[in-house]
Amino acid sequence: MSDPVPQEAAVQDRAPGTVHNERGSVITYLAGLGFAVVLTLASFWASDSHAVWAPAVPILLAVLAVGQMGVHVVFFFHISSGPDDTNNFLALAFGIFVVALVVFGSILIMSNLNANMMPMDQLMQMQR
Amino acid sequence: MSSTNALTSPVDREDQIAISERGPASREVVAGFGFWLFLLSDIVIFGALFAAYAVLAGRTAGGPDGLELFDKGNVLIETMCLLASSFTCGLCSLAIERRNAPLTYLWAAFTFALGAVFIGMEITEFIHMIGEDAGPDRSAFLSAFFTLVGTHGLHVTVGLCWFAVMMAQVATLGFRDAVVRRLLCLTLFWHALDIVWVGVFTIVYLGAHYV
Repeated sequence: MSDPVPQEAAVQDRAPGTVHNERGSVITYLAGLGFAVVLTLASFWASDSHAVWAPAVPILLAVLAVGQMGVHVVFFFHISSGPDDTNNFLALAFGIFVVALVVFGSILIMSNLNANMMPMDQLMQMQR
Repeated sequence: MSSTNALTSPVDREDQIAISERGPASREVVAGFGFWLFLLSDIVIFGALFAAYAVLAGRTAGGPDGLELFDKGNVLIETMCLLASSFTCGLCSLAIERRNAPLTYLWAAFTFALGAVFIGMEITEFIHMIGEDAGPDRSAFLSAFFTLVGTHGLHVTVGLCWFAVMMAQVATLGFRDAVVRRLLCLTLFWHALDIVWVGVFTIVYLGAHYV
């Protein structure tokens, strides 16, 4: 308690994975582990069980996976939307944007090419 | 800095100084942020591999498909190993914050052991698949599978080596600033592997039904 200034000065920026108040961090990691285990078990259960309407299962799996990634980011990386976290948060948002472009763009383009490709037997005939 | 500024709290002073006139951020923040950017770019690489897998997952060229090859029980155990190792890695970073060397070694050892179990199970799975003539040369699906899962496994292996190196550094150099920064980066790296694995088990192993 002798010099509160250096601690408070850290408000301006924060490295990912670090926390200010050390207390409660074990609780944070425990909560993260609990959420992650529950979401994982839910994913494995949903892929096997017939309790969920079958066409909805892939969407449910995607939602559970995104939720679990969010749990990891919040409880293990300690990324928040607070003012001392702006840089980390913006970098994360840009990363998600690029990943989404690459993944969905590739799938869209490749399925479009696949749909427009000439059937294989016709292609073989043309080559003769 | 002691009594003259008693009226203005540090937070107020922060707000009064323009961002451009504040000094540079501490080295911990710069190193952490830089490594965060590296991790995000690493995840972009994985994004490209995921895209390749999603496009090629159905192209089995008459060979075995995912449903025949994958053992979900094994994958669940692997996942639990990684999750538990992420938790022990978090406890390790708390021990590092308190500069507690014995606890740091203990939790790092747990993390290392769980990671080693994970990588052992994955290598066993790969050897088994290659033995069944389902290696990466069999079909486009299997090429994409081995590239994606193998790259993740390679990252885990690098993380294990990094853990060994860092524990040696804690033993010889102690908790000096540079070592603590490297340990921060290592724990971030380990947590990032877990995030990628969530994508792997969902898309590759559980998604095998929907190819």
